[in-house]
Amino acid sequence: MDFDGEIGGAILLTLQLATVTTLLLLLVGIPLGWWLARTKSRAKEVVGTLVALPLVLPPTVLGFYLLVALGPDGLGGLFGVRTFAFTFEGLVFGSVVFSLPFAVQPIRDAFEAAGERPFEVAATLRASPLDAFLSVGLPLARPGILTGAVLGFAHTVGEFGVVLMIGGNIPGETKVLSIAIFDFVETLRWREAHILSAGMLVFAFAVILTVSVIDRRARRARAGA
Amino acid sequence: MTGRERPIAADTPRDVSVALSGRLGAFALDVAFEARAQGVTALFGPSGSGKTSVLRAVAGLQRLDGRVRIGGETWQDGTRFVPPHRRALGYVFQEASLFPHISVSANIDYGAKRTGGVDPAARSEIVDLLGIEPLLPRAPARLSGGERQRVALARAILSRPRILLMDEPLSALGAEAKNEILPYLERLHASLSIPILYVSHDLAEVERLADGIVVLRNGRVAAAGALEPTLRAAGLRQGRGAAAVLTARVAAFDVGDALAEIDLFGQPLFVAGSSPGDVGAARRVRIEASDVSLSRQAPAPSTILNALRAEIVRVEETTAAEALVTLRPLGAPDGATILARITRRSARRFAFQPGERVFAQVKTMSLATQRAGETGAKDLGVATGPDLGYPSSP
Repeated sequence: MDFDGEIGGAILLTLQLATVTTLLLLLVGIPLGWWLARTKSRAKEVVGTLVALPLVLPPTVLGFYLLVALGPDGLGGLFGVRTFAFTFEGLVFGSVVFSLPFAVQPIRDAFEAAGERPFEVAATLRASPLDAFLSVGLPLARPGILTGAVLGFAHTVGEFGVVLMIGGNIPGETKVLSIAIFDFVETLRWREAHILSAGMLVFAFAVILTVSVIDRRARRARAGA
Repeated sequence: MTGRERPIAADTPRDVSVALSGRLGAFALDVAFEARAQGVTALFGPSGSGKTSVLRAVAGLQRLDGRVRIGGETWQDGTRFVPPHRRALGYVFQEASLFPHISVSANIDYGAKRTGGVDPAARSEIVDLLGIEPLLPRAPARLSGGERQRVALARAILSRPRILLMDEPLSALGAEAKNEILPYLERLHASLSIPILYVSHDLAEVERLADGIVVLRNGRVAAAGALEPTLRAAGLRQGRGAAAVLTARVAAFDVGDALAEIDLFGQPLFVAGSSPGDVGAARRVRIEASDVSLSRQAPAPSTILNALRAEIVRVEETTAAEALVTLRPLGAPDGATILARITRRSARRFAFQPGERVFAQVKTMSLATQRAGETGAKDLGVATGPDLGYPSSP
């Protein structure tokens, strides 16, 4: 029971976190990717760089700033809860930030690959910009959006450093898979560590395979048209 | 008409009036022209002359300063700029640009759905006209280049445009696909009651389709007006490929010899490359200047079938050795002329005077004929085909 509860709880929590994070990533990432792909604004490079920062920042640095951002002088204070750190909500916020580049990049690439022409065609066929985005942009970028969602999900499942910094290790609240594995190893419970690690290995393999299959299909479809 | 603005008195509905200027990369563009309410007006010029930019600006896809008025509705002037999706136009791009994620059928309904719904009668009429019925359930990726362009045409026409804009719709196609699609364009030309602006750098294409022409050079209008006189005025009829295009009715067809008899202003002209179905239809006849020779007397029997009676309009010396003679076939209205290339030695020896009557011998087999558009035929007082009156503006 203890074993099942510990492992099962961590897996369940991780899936919940990754699912919520992925939904939010799409909500933020699709408009952001669209804007980055099509804007002529000079702010584009700056925003693009900000989005990409989590790729190179040490997780500890990111985690530290997130702690500050979630605390009494940041979001926590704003919502009157002192701090969001060491809560599930805080973990979701942090996950969205550090997984953002993984979700935005493929979406942006997909919109860029579609180019200006389909939207010009849609406009000459009397589709308003929003209509064109929904009826042409989203379907054309679907493979990129799918890839972004898969990568965002996978990266959220796999992140360790940032979670440790802002989530701590509270079972059922912030103790996700990667933390649980760390815990098991620390306490020399290698059997459990093996089970979780092997699971992650298979999961990662499946994710990368999925992404490359999506990618290849999208390229074939584009070449055809 | 849904025009927000009342047409001014002198402006007949659906006339096209464009005046645009602006910088385009290295050169300044400054173009103004008018086009008739019906028929094909070619924007003709070498690549880089600004013709595609003009077309894109008419559609609102590109911003240039100036004014765009279509049929009494102002799409752009000093104070307003109607965004492209509020302009009732059909645009056919160089590459067909079908939406790859939906079927051919959904593609051609895309614009119609946004302009008052799909009209099944209009849809099947255009589908028939362009011969795309068997393509409807397919994915765009499974079509040939020519097929895609026909679908793109249907899609543009079914969006209830007041004007059809075509940006070199054939230039991305191979010779075979071009020949496949040209007859469809000619049929469209004859049945559409809206103006068509047709960008091209291919003179043969323009001769075959256009009624009017705007010749662009380095971002400026070099000449504009009806096709033949303008081509001549712009010096496009002087060189090696000098030719004239006339429109006439097919009077009879001899099945045994596969020769059509064309009624050219009351004179018979025998032409190959026709079919019995063409009898009664208006056709375009292209006569190369180098295939026409002149004589004062009725020619002796020879292998050349056609001898037209014609009047000398003028003689111009074009090169050190050659001269170009402009002739009006007897019975033809002013402006309907053919050309003959002769040597300067012959020009001196015969000393043709304007108004003098001659016989123009034309090699039969050299005549290339095409189905003529309705508007061109009307100009020359020849019976026209039925006006489908389609599509009408919303």
